Amino acid sequence: MATAAITAERENYLNQEYGIKSWLLTVDHKRIALLYLLSITFFFFIGGFFALLIRLELLTPAGDLVQADTYNKLFSMHGQVMIFFFLIPSIPAVLGNFLVPLMIGAKDLAFPRINLLSWYLYIIAGVLMVHCMLTGGVDTGWTFYTPFSTAFSNTKVIEAGLAIFISGFSSILTGLNFVVTIHRMRAPGMTWDRLPLFIWAHYATSIIQLLGTPVVAVTLVLVVLERALHLGIFDPTRGGDPLLFQHLFWFYSHPAVYIMILPSMGVVTEIIPCFCRKRIFGYKFVALSSISIAVFGFLVWAHHMFVAGISLYAALIFSALSYLVAVPSAIKVFNWTATMYKGSITFSTPMLYAFGFVGLFTMGGLTGLFLAALGLDVHVTDTYFVVAHFHYIMVGGALMGYLGGMHFWWPKISGRMYPESLGRLAALIVFLGFNLTFFPQFILGYLGMPRRYWQYPPEFQVLNVLSTAGATVLAVGYLLPMVYFLWSMRYGKVAPDNPWGASGLEWMTTSPPPTFNFDQPPVVNWEAYDYEHIPAPQEARSGG
Amino acid sequence: MFDTFPLWPTRASTTAGSVDALFIFLVTLSALMSLVIFTMIMVFAVRYRRRKGVAAEQIEGSTALEVTWSVIPLFIFVVIFVWGAVIYFKERTPPRGATEVYVVAKQWMWKLQHEEGQREINELHVPLGRDVKMILTSQDVIHSFYVPAFRIKQDVLPGRYTTAWFRPTKAGTYHLFCAEYCGSQHSGMIGQVVVLEPAQYEVWLSGGGASGTMASNGQNIFQQLGCSTCHRSDTQGRGPDLVGLFGKPVQLEDGRVVTADENYIRESILTPGAKVVSGFKPIMPVFQGLVSEEQLNALVAYVKSLNPSPSGAAGGPTVVPSGAKPQEPKVQ
Amino acid sequence: MADSPIAVEHHNPALKHHFADMEQQREASSLGMWLFLATEIMFFGGMFCAYLIYRLWYFPDFGAASNSLDITLGAVNTAVLICSSLTVVMAVRAAQLGKRQQQVIYLALTLVLGLAFLGVKAVEWTSKFKEHHIPGPTFNFEGSIPSHPDQPVDQHHAQIFFSLYFAMTGMHALHMVIGVGIFSYLLYHAWKGTYTPEYYTPLENSGLYWHFVDIVWIYLFPLLYLIDRKK
Repeated sequence: MATAAITAERENYLNQEYGIKSWLLTVDHKRIALLYLLSITFFFFIGGFFALLIRLELLTPAGDLVQADTYNKLFSMHGQVMIFFFLIPSIPAVLGNFLVPLMIGAKDLAFPRINLLSWYLYIIAGVLMVHCMLTGGVDTGWTFYTPFSTAFSNTKVIEAGLAIFISGFSSILTGLNFVVTIHRMRAPGMTWDRLPLFIWAHYATSIIQLLGTPVVAVTLVLVVLERALHLGIFDPTRGGDPLLFQHLFWFYSHPAVYIMILPSMGVVTEIIPCFCRKRIFGYKFVALSSISIAVFGFLVWAHHMFVAGISLYAALIFSALSYLVAVPSAIKVFNWTATMYKGSITFSTPMLYAFGFVGLFTMGGLTGLFLAALGLDVHVTDTYFVVAHFHYIMVGGALMGYLGGMHFWWPKISGRMYPESLGRLAALIVFLGFNLTFFPQFILGYLGMPRRYWQYPPEFQVLNVLSTAGATVLAVGYLLPMVYFLWSMRYGKVAPDNPWGASGLEWMTTSPPPTFNFDQPPVVNWEAYDYEHIPAPQEARSGG
Repeated sequence: MFDTFPLWPTRASTTAGSVDALFIFLVTLSALMSLVIFTMIMVFAVRYRRRKGVAAEQIEGSTALEVTWSVIPLFIFVVIFVWGAVIYFKERTPPRGATEVYVVAKQWMWKLQHEEGQREINELHVPLGRDVKMILTSQDVIHSFYVPAFRIKQDVLPGRYTTAWFRPTKAGTYHLFCAEYCGSQHSGMIGQVVVLEPAQYEVWLSGGGASGTMASNGQNIFQQLGCSTCHRSDTQGRGPDLVGLFGKPVQLEDGRVVTADENYIRESILTPGAKVVSGFKPIMPVFQGLVSEEQLNALVAYVKSLNPSPSGAAGGPTVVPSGAKPQEPKVQ
Repeated sequence: MADSPIAVEHHNPALKHHFADMEQQREASSLGMWLFLATEIMFFGGMFCAYLIYRLWYFPDFGAASNSLDITLGAVNTAVLICSSLTVVMAVRAAQLGKRQQQVIYLALTLVLGLAFLGVKAVEWTSKFKEHHIPGPTFNFEGSIPSHPDQPVDQHHAQIFFSLYFAMTGMHALHMVIGVGIFSYLLYHAWKGTYTPEYYTPLENSGLYWHFVDIVWIYLFPLLYLIDRKK
């Protein structure tokens, strides 16, 4: 293995070419991953800014910071930006793009130019979204419920709808590229049961992207057409049915939750074995649970509609199926826990995020059981209970996984180490800030505070103040990594090829990897998570 | 202190108790499950932290364990599912003989009318201990009728009726929220439900300036619109006889059989061609856009009142006496 | 290039650097195309779902609205598309056998048939426009239910039929237009002799796309044109 000094000098994907053109026209999956990283970080801060304004408005019961219409636009665009422009592309388009070819021993994704096209589609969608925000915004909520969106809202619904439509195609193309790459580009010896579970998670995610996204795309097209041409497909005054919209919308948007959470589960499944120096417990069950989440995830959409006016029997079926999809999630949590048994555990930043993920995902998942229980859902749906629940899954889960993954693979991506003690501090701040922000919202929800309220009865204030306080802590926790990641790119310690002593092909090439990933095409003749044969990294590093 | 910082919502309906019971069960269960998982993580993290000279023990997995921790949760989930479904069935099935309130939601206000004729805005007075059935519709977008103290919520859709019911168990004033985002003043679309002791309720009811029951208003509209020329109680009418129709199965011209519920009557008034009764010609004019939601509600209430009522609670006899006395509340 | 230039044996110029060999490249492209078609099925699936629900609810009105479509033009278009699928297959076959001239002829035929379809579609839409069957403020549908001549058609329900008709045939026509673009490109390359028995993947994949668009029409035709046609 090369020494650190030589590694720093050798040619890699970052220093092979310079200049703006070498980035904007690149077909290298690693460079495209970095393009995505920059773009989604931009949107994360826009969405985060909206969130902060929302929390500030809710500091007092009266609507005093912003106007009602402004508030409605804030939560609508917070949702749309965070879901369609941050969470859905986050892990797949950044870490997935970077790692899928590396992990399976390929030189690139199967269709590098389509990969670049997907980033450009994302940028076009993003520009449209930003333009929409700057010229008035949209106030339909991220859900675009009809007939409000088609006939009553007087904001820029068409523009926002088209932006999300286009970003959907970016997502489809990423998923398509992953599935083909995983099927056709694996290195010799990299059989399906030797694949890292990160790959399995991305495979499952891609299937959802491929089969779910087109449905929301066509639904948004119909909304846009109906709004522009007064068609009447979702408009009850013209014979249409607003519930049809909800069915079509949630057919994608429920599985979309799994687009956000499955990749995070994949990340955590890489981190935990590495810092336990141990094989993952129950490889096959973890892999299969990803696939079954993807499959069952398509069969539960109407659990968003238990009070919407669907029939009793439809509600029964969708409630039962929702419990079915909870089983594979539970399996994962148990397997992660079991992996720690008789391990040799260290507590670096990625592992702290993984702990945070398991904890928050467990709580998010358990509160999902409340919402799937029909009689109880009637009371808590459309309240802050739901808001808290999905933030536990999508921020507590997906975002913790994303940050954990960024820390884990940052040495590979940048060739530098981030400052370990700051990393641990940030992980702790994020965890505490998150719980302070969102736990009070469970109580608020059970007390009956409806979501999307600009002003609220005064008895809800104490809990709202706690939540806002938590949000400021959380904001610090998110800013910190951005600062030290940037700092480390220049001043960080030069990273060795395999700083964590991790398994996986991505650690067998240099940090950062060369343009075509491997100097020699790898041949795999070992099992996944073969930690018995990989030496642990030196003790000295763990001091940070 | 608990008025400004409550930690549990008031429990003021029969449903509230059963919902709370399930909630408490789930909180306990979740706390236990989290406790088990978090304790295991903590214990493993301390017990198996890295130590010099102690290597990790490689364990492949265990099918027996995997099956165990799939089947046991599944079993628990089935229990929760059944429990939740039972409550839901009760929440969604209004009991017979409930007093009826018609609700029309619009941006951003609740308009309510009791079957006795009283109208209210953003406020609903109901007697303690009596079943109340809400028949809800919207004039514009989707709203949602939510009373946290009763643990009930029902989306209110334009173009159709949805129903909800409750039986208050505690006198007091409770929040009424709109729970489905409906535009600018969504958070201003709030009101209150006032639960009164039956005697007080009688006083309130007689104090309101109601001009006849909904059914009698409906009867007037029925006459004014000329419905009665075709819908006659003899067999000579060009339209079907409406007496005793409500709640019965109806044979349609195309062979289908539908139940004559509120939504069927509504549809048959607005777009009569959609479901033509067997043996009749589709000659009835379309009333879509010609009657307001309130008039429509009155017509529906009138058609329902034409039933010789079995319990005597839902509507009067065939001929509606104008200014009918409010019925006695049932014994609690 | 990081690859050692000496080691590459018999390097086909069409082989992209990140594939090991032509077979891997072809299999990857083919799988990619099939997956893309799967997403397309879901895309049209949303509209088919909406169509089926309203057809169930408003069957008599849908029947009346459907009867106003020109069944002859629809049938001609169906025939045209089926023929074009045949010519596409023949073009791929010609490429496999290395017959450049046949390739060009069949591709040109496909293009002509595709354009003919779009032409017929344009004629149909123009007549819809004249009859005020375009959904919107000017929409007006005169007619009665096929089985009940004395019952007039509900305007709203007829409008939903035409909304879906235009959404579905419009989306289909958009796919045809894209297809015509793709086949013009293929024709140019076939004429230049780009496709050989070793390398004809673009031709094969575009063919798959064309068949897919064809199949969508084969579903659209009976669903939109052939309901309640008891004569």
